[in-house]
This record gives sequence, C-alpha cells and structure tokens, in this order.
Amino acid sequence: MITDKLTATHNFLDELAKHAGKANFMPVSEIGLALQYLEEKGIPNNKHEDYKYCNIEAILRKEFKTISGKEIAVTTNDLKSNYFIKDACNIYVVNGKLILDASEMPANTVVSSIDKTPTEILKKHLAQYAQTNSDALIAVNVAYADRGICLHVTSTVEKTIVIHHVNSSEGDLFFNVRNLFVVEKNAEAQVTEFFHSSNQKYFCNNLSEIFVGESAHFNHTVVQNAGAASYTVNTTKTHQHKQSTYTNSCFTFSGALVRNNLNTAIAAEFAETHLFGLFVTKANQLVDNHTLVDHLKPNCQSNELYKGIVGGKSTSVFNGKIFVEKDAQKTNAYQSSKNILLSDDATVNAKPELEIYANDVKCSHGTSTGKVDENALFYLKARGIGDETARKLLLQAFAHEVIDQLKNETIKEKVVALFEQSLQD
Amino acid sequence: MLSIKNLKAEINGKEILKGINLEVKAGEVHAIMGPNGSGKSTLSAVLAGREDYDVTGGSVSFNGKDLLELAAEDRAREGVFLAFQYPIEIPGVSNINFLRTAINEIRKYKGLPDMEAKDFLALIKEKQKLVELDAKLAGRSVNEGFSGGEKKRNEIFQMAVLEPKLSILDETDSGLDIDALRIVANGVNKLKNKNNATILITHYQRLLDYIVPDFVHILYNGKIVKSGGKELALEMEKKGYDEIKKEYDTAAV
Repeated sequence: MITDKLTATHNFLDELAKHAGKANFMPVSEIGLALQYLEEKGIPNNKHEDYKYCNIEAILRKEFKTISGKEIAVTTNDLKSNYFIKDACNIYVVNGKLILDASEMPANTVVSSIDKTPTEILKKHLAQYAQTNSDALIAVNVAYADRGICLHVTSTVEKTIVIHHVNSSEGDLFFNVRNLFVVEKNAEAQVTEFFHSSNQKYFCNNLSEIFVGESAHFNHTVVQNAGAASYTVNTTKTHQHKQSTYTNSCFTFSGALVRNNLNTAIAAEFAETHLFGLFVTKANQLVDNHTLVDHLKPNCQSNELYKGIVGGKSTSVFNGKIFVEKDAQKTNAYQSSKNILLSDDATVNAKPELEIYANDVKCSHGTSTGKVDENALFYLKARGIGDETARKLLLQAFAHEVIDQLKNETIKEKVVALFEQSLQD
Repeated sequence: MLSIKNLKAEINGKEILKGINLEVKAGEVHAIMGPNGSGKSTLSAVLAGREDYDVTGGSVSFNGKDLLELAAEDRAREGVFLAFQYPIEIPGVSNINFLRTAINEIRKYKGLPDMEAKDFLALIKEKQKLVELDAKLAGRSVNEGFSGGEKKRNEIFQMAVLEPKLSILDETDSGLDIDALRIVANGVNKLKNKNNATILITHYQRLLDYIVPDFVHILYNGKIVKSGGKELALEMEKKGYDEIKKEYDTAAV
C-alpha cells in the first residue's frame, strides 16, 4: 500500500517536474535540498500528524493526475473593473505574476516580480524564514515556484495596499507562487491580499515569507474568496524583530480546499503578534487552519482568535500551536477558537497545542464548538424577527469580533460583503 | 383580545399548565400571581411561542386568530410582546440594529415598507426618554454588560418602540430596586391605553402598587384558583401563599 502511495506521489512529482516553469531566483542549494526532501518523504497523507484531516497526497492523486492546463490572461480593463477598491493602492497579480502596468505603486515601497527582485534582498530574506526541509509543500514550492512578488516597504506607507491575486486558467493546473514581504525598521504598512477566481480547477501552492523589522508594524489581511473548484495551500512564515507588531487577519470564505499554514517566529524582545481568523464553510469544503506562534525571546505577547461557521458536509480544522521557548520569560500568550456548527454533517476539529519551556509566563487557551444559541434565537423571534434573519443576525454577531478589528473601513466593508455573501450561498 | 381556554402544557413529559382559563380585553391590566413553580413563567413562554413546551390541550385565541398555530415571530408581529424575566445578552448585535430589524420585519409582515431612517431615530429618541434609558445603552450590544435594572428597562424600551397590543411582563419587578421599579412602572403606565392590554406576572404585590391591575388571578399548581380585583393582591400579600397551598393541596387529596 505504502509503496503504491509513494509511487503515486512520485508520479505527481514527475508530472510537476514536466510542467513547472524554471525558477531563477531560488539558490540551487535550496532546490537540491527540496528535491532530496521530496524524494525521501513524498507528499504527506493523513497518516502525517500535520495533515491528519487534510490528505494532500490523496487530493493530488485523485484531482490532479495531470496538470497540463493552461493559464488565461486577464485584461487590465477586466482586472480594474472587477476588483478595484477605492482609497487603496491596487496591485494586480494574475496566476502569481505581477501585472505591473495595471498596478499602482505605493509610496515608500518597491513592488517587484520575485525574479526581478534585487539580489541583496533575496540573499537576505529568501528561504530564510520558511525552512525548505520542514514541510513537503514548502519543498515543492522551493523546487518549482517560478513566480511571485516581492513587496519591500522601506518606510511608512499611509495608503492601504491591496493585492488582488486573480487566478485564471483552463484545465487542471498546479502552480507554485513565492512571495516576499519585507517591512524595514520603523516602517508601517497595511496590506490586504484577496484571492479571486471563478470556476476553474487549479491548485495554488502559495508561500509568503515576511520580515518585520525592528519597531516596524505590519498589518496583514488575507481573504480567500477563490472559486468552489480551487485548491489552495497558503503558507505564511513571519519573522519578527524587536518591538515589532505583526497582525494577521485570515478570512476564508470559499474554495474546495484551503489550507492556511501561518507561522510566526517572535525572534526579539517586546514584539507583539495578533492572529485573527474567520472561516465560513459549506458543501464539501475543507478548510484547515494551522497556526504556530513561536515565542523565542522574553517580554513578548501574542493573541489569537479564530472563529468558524461550519455548515453543509464541510470539514474545518483549527490547529493552534504556541511554543514558549526556554529563553522567552514574561511571555503573554492567549489563544481562543470558537466554532458554530450549522449542520449535523459538518465537522470541526479544533486542537490547541501549547508547549511551554519557560517558567514565568502567562498563557491561556480555550476552544468551544456549539450551535446557534437557541435562547438568543428565541429572544429575537419574540421581537418579530423571522428565523432566517435572526440566524443571520446571530452569525454576523459571532463574526463581528473578528471583522471589527479591521482598521481600514473600505477593507472592512468589502470583507463584510464577502462574509454576508458566503452566508447566503 | 386574548381568550385562553383550558390550556394545558408540559415540558419533558411533566404537565405544568393543567387547564388555564383567562379572558383579557383591550384596555385591561391583569396580574397573575402565585408561588414559585405554579406555572407563571410557563404560561408566558407558551403564549410567546417558546418551542420547549408542548401544548397538550386547550386553545388560545388572539384577536380572532389561533395563537398556538403561529410561530413565535408571527405572534410578535401580530402584537404579542413578552418582557423576559431574564433578558438575553447578544454580543455583537447592537440594540439599534436589533430594533430596526424587528420594526422592519414587523412592517414587512403587515405589507409596509421599511421605516425611514430619520423616523426611526426620532422614535428611538422619544421612547428612550420614556424609560429614562441612557442613549449610550441603545448603541451598545443587546443587553451586553447591562445591570439587572438596565436589562429590565431595555425590555420596556423595546415594548415602547414596538407598541404591542398585548404585553406580557414576566417578573419584570424581580431584581429591581425601588427607583428602577418606579421607572419601569412609569413606562408601562404611560404606554397603557384603551386599545392595548397588559398581563403582569409577578410573585410579589409590590409592583402592583405602581401598576394598578383591573384583575388579579392566583395561579397555583397549573391552574387559576382564584380571581378578583386589585384587593386580592393585597390579601395575598397579607396572608401569603400558604393558605392557598393548604386549601388546594387538601382539595387535591
């Protein structure tokens, strides 16, 4: 059996090697390391602890036997008319490739295609925060990513930045995108990434490395709104310096598979990390959120809140790890995950994992899963509010805590609209 | 307006209401008193349409309609209002949004368009004064972090905004200090007119000093065992429920 699966994996990797483009930005040594890792370990199935509910191997074997589909270009006109958001710097990326002439360049920021990013930036940051031989999807990305963007923020950017990832293809496609976000010392930036697509079937293995410099503040929002036949693995590896703040708000509203791997290494003192998540799942969707906050140094704090509205026959996963290393005294780390189950056929797998090696820390975690509060529902009905509206109000109220922390009103409005749409579908 | 005939209800197989008869006409205030466990709150919950209770017999007609056939929201839309003994906290839903939604859902039921924003705000402002509710509370999430008194005032505020035909106040006096009680009673009295009716459910006579009932009914062991004028409440206060208990427990044996 196991040999069969390994063969299957290798068939997929052969297929990938055949169709993937050539990268010129990744150091050859890293690519070697990645290929060696894949040769030895293959693609993980559900026997792998980290992929217990997310059998990537089976998905690739069944859904992506061939990946010979092709990319379809999107005109600048279509990009702007479909996705433009006012009062923001709009950057367009189609199938992982930067569309420079459609995009507006933010102040104090250099936006480039990853393969045209200055060598000194790549040398300093690329493959530094995502360890090549730590995960198969990272290894695949290292070996085969041939596209992506780099956003280099040199000092504070006032205007909010929006990156529209528009995926447009025909036939089954698998592509690897490698991004880099560098926010230099004392700089502040707000970036929102929207993932859009229509009905095409593709697998996007997206990996972003993020560097948040000393006293820098990076507010990062990711909104998954790709089509129902899309498969996405989005890995984010963040490295934080002294007194920095990293806030990640992760919204998942659609997609057949969305796997979010979000890791933050708090590598210096007095830094703060905030992770917020909201996902709405239905039909046969699988949404898997794996987060890791690694407290490496003293006097830092992290705060995490994930909420899920899980319906249909969908499966959702929240796996939240917090490591407090031996050196990380005076750490404050909090985590909470709350889920509402809308149907008896839906599944929530919520697992907090705390590993604490320091002795002077404050840590807490909590998780709850339940149905819509019947008492609250009756209270609303007793005032004349119908069942459907009452449920919607309660779900909005549930999500409110996560959505409301978004600082930019335009982005918040957009997220609210997508959230409400996801409740209706 | 409301005609309850031989109403029987149970929860988890246990019969709580054992044949209630009650007639309420427009313009009247009825008080239903009784010891703990007599079925007072069950009666209000059954009238409001709480699904935890099974109605096993009898009928309830409200302005000619079979109330028991209607879903809870439709009862409210027809003009039944229950002021909860324990108002629910709903974090994330603002009082204002809650009331606007309620008003518009009721209007939709009646075939009316949504209320204009400025009319709605004027209405809120006017009714806030009536129950002396802090304007700040109206902007906050429904009952979240409200004191016991604020929650009860908020119930009366909602009642004032929705202008029901029949208001059922379930132990609205419980947990109120004398000032809050006065404010709540004052609100109820001001809202009273010849076209609406009120049912006060209470354990104590105290509330009835402020809201004077036309009729007082004593509920015991799932049945109305005694009815009379407002003097019946005073009598109960003086004698306590023990005599009633003794009388009917013996009768039951």
